Amino acid sequence: MSLSIQNLHATLEDGTEILKGVSLDVPTGQVHAIMGPNGSGKSTLSKVIAGHEGYVVTGGSVTLEGEDVLAMSIDERSRAGVFLAFQYPAEVPGVSNANFIRAALQARLPEGVEIDAVAFYKSLYERMDLLEMDRKFTGRAVNEGFSGGEKKRNEILQMMMLEPRYCILDETDSGLDIDALKIVAKGVNSMRGPDRGFLLITHYQRLLDHITPDVLHVMAGGRIVRTGGPELAQELEAHGYDFLKEAALA
Amino acid sequence: MSTTDTHSTTLPDWFTARRDAARLRFEATPAPKRNDEAWRFSNLSQLDFAGFTSNSGQAPATDHLIARSTGIGSTAAKLVFVNDTLVHSETTRLPAGIICLPLAEALVSHPDLVEQHFMKQETRLGSAKYAAWHEAMVANGLFVHVADHVEVADPIEVHHWIAGGNTGIFPHTLVVTGRSSKVRVIDIFRSAADLEPGLAIAFNDLSAGENSTLDYIAIQAFNEVTRMIQIHETSAARDASAKAFILNTGASWARNESMSRLEGPGARSDMLAVSIPAREQEYDQRTFQHHVSEGACSDLLYKNSLYDNAKTVFSGLIFVDEGAHHTDAYQTCRNLLMSDTAEANSMPGLEINADQVKCSHGSTSAQISDEEIFYLCARGIDPVSARQLIARGFSVEVVERIGNEAAEELVLRFVDDKFARIAGGGA
Repeated sequence: MSLSIQNLHATLEDGTEILKGVSLDVPTGQVHAIMGPNGSGKSTLSKVIAGHEGYVVTGGSVTLEGEDVLAMSIDERSRAGVFLAFQYPAEVPGVSNANFIRAALQARLPEGVEIDAVAFYKSLYERMDLLEMDRKFTGRAVNEGFSGGEKKRNEILQMMMLEPRYCILDETDSGLDIDALKIVAKGVNSMRGPDRGFLLITHYQRLLDHITPDVLHVMAGGRIVRTGGPELAQELEAHGYDFLKEAALA
Repeated sequence: MSTTDTHSTTLPDWFTARRDAARLRFEATPAPKRNDEAWRFSNLSQLDFAGFTSNSGQAPATDHLIARSTGIGSTAAKLVFVNDTLVHSETTRLPAGIICLPLAEALVSHPDLVEQHFMKQETRLGSAKYAAWHEAMVANGLFVHVADHVEVADPIEVHHWIAGGNTGIFPHTLVVTGRSSKVRVIDIFRSAADLEPGLAIAFNDLSAGENSTLDYIAIQAFNEVTRMIQIHETSAARDASAKAFILNTGASWARNESMSRLEGPGARSDMLAVSIPAREQEYDQRTFQHHVSEGACSDLLYKNSLYDNAKTVFSGLIFVDEGAHHTDAYQTCRNLLMSDTAEANSMPGLEINADQVKCSHGSTSAQISDEEIFYLCARGIDPVSARQLIARGFSVEVVERIGNEAAEELVLRFVDDKFARIAGGGA
């Protein structure tokens, strides 16, 4: 049971190659983290997995329990169990947060089956309480006027509500103060379990102080250049990314 | 006074005299021409109204229309007109101090009061000819007069039906609020059948007295072979708040001319509209925010979501009179283009003849951004539903400014009905 990425190549629409053969296997029950300098292709990897149309996959594969993810539409990938917590979540004016999440849940139900509204709100409020989100966020338009931290919490809220099998968090820690970071980590940690896999993308080590990964990958120049245990983070913290770049070129 | 007119034995002289004069004026006034600024971008072929007749006084079988006249749950009064003929009336829930009558009845029982407020303003936004036609033909509508300090908690709801092919209606809504009073009126315009061509030449006189709150909602949901001209004349006295919301989902062609006069310091006028044209529908909207007094505020927000080959025209002018200092006036028209073949024309305008004013005007036309679609799809929502959710949200932002939950729900029912028809391939 895994989200498996094999020799993935992807370019921008203008042909610039960003991913140059990424291979990575995230089994359920594990938390993997990807660290790497700016421009290494970390965020691109997450968007390509989610199906962003700004990238062209030129080679390799992404499979989910053996199913070809790249053949699926964006919404099919989500319903199949892949969740991307965005680095920069879009604002959707006029659509309340509660209605948005409800529509996303509704999309997972068979035709003619309606969500039970009472149960929905109960579950929504429980998770909002855990994330220390004010109830007013249910009625507010999705991400509109939210602070950076509120947007990130809102991503985690959606993730908790949709209960995906694989969660990809793209720089969820950026722009968060330490208290917000702890709350986000609490949300993620509450979801860890044998049936779920995580891929955390981050630039800094501090997220990993609160969510301990099982496996840490270092990405540079569009490839995974090193894979190790959590102790690899300490090494990066001590030496920075430069030596890895050299390693990648060597 | 005409001896052949069966009504004229009871109608006041001033009214019949104005009606007769209006008929002459209608005939003498030339039809709009292509080079008229007030009709720029308009489809003038829509102004051929030959073949329509007013069937006032001859409403067909109406029970099913009364049954279909559902609006909000709790109303202060509810009137149902079919072809300008009153067929149903519930007025027992009205508080003391309010006169709420069909216009035909008010003309007889309160002629002086009606005369004081009936069509007092010059129609300046292009439809003087059709205003004259309305005045010549008007037979019924709503008359509301709220006494000082009287607040009407629940809305007054009026249903206007067109029944029978080639039928024209000329409904009038006249609302006057006394000092520190409060009322909300909802007009709902619909067709009895989908394929019967209709015509509505409607007129509103909304006069908000000192420190009063007058909220008005027009829901235009005619069938798609009906045309409408609706002229709104609003005035707001010192510290009054006049809020008008227009929803356009129906008609093949609809023209709204909305004029707001800010007549006293502290007056406020909110001019709101949501239009969702699809297929070949055309909506033509002209507005005028007239700051006569100093220290008043007007705020206009019109939003159009255009599907298929739909077309909209928005032309708005903020006009600040000499001496109307400390004016706050805002005007925004936003178009959401849901197809490559839709056409939105916007002509915002501003003329300021006073000092220390805060005015802004602007219009935007955009398609839904790919990033928004990606975000919704990345949550498992299919692209068609995602576009629908975003377009609905675009309209909801205006609807929420109505500020009354029941009224907002009613408007959203018509909005959702329209989106469902668009999704279903109809319109």
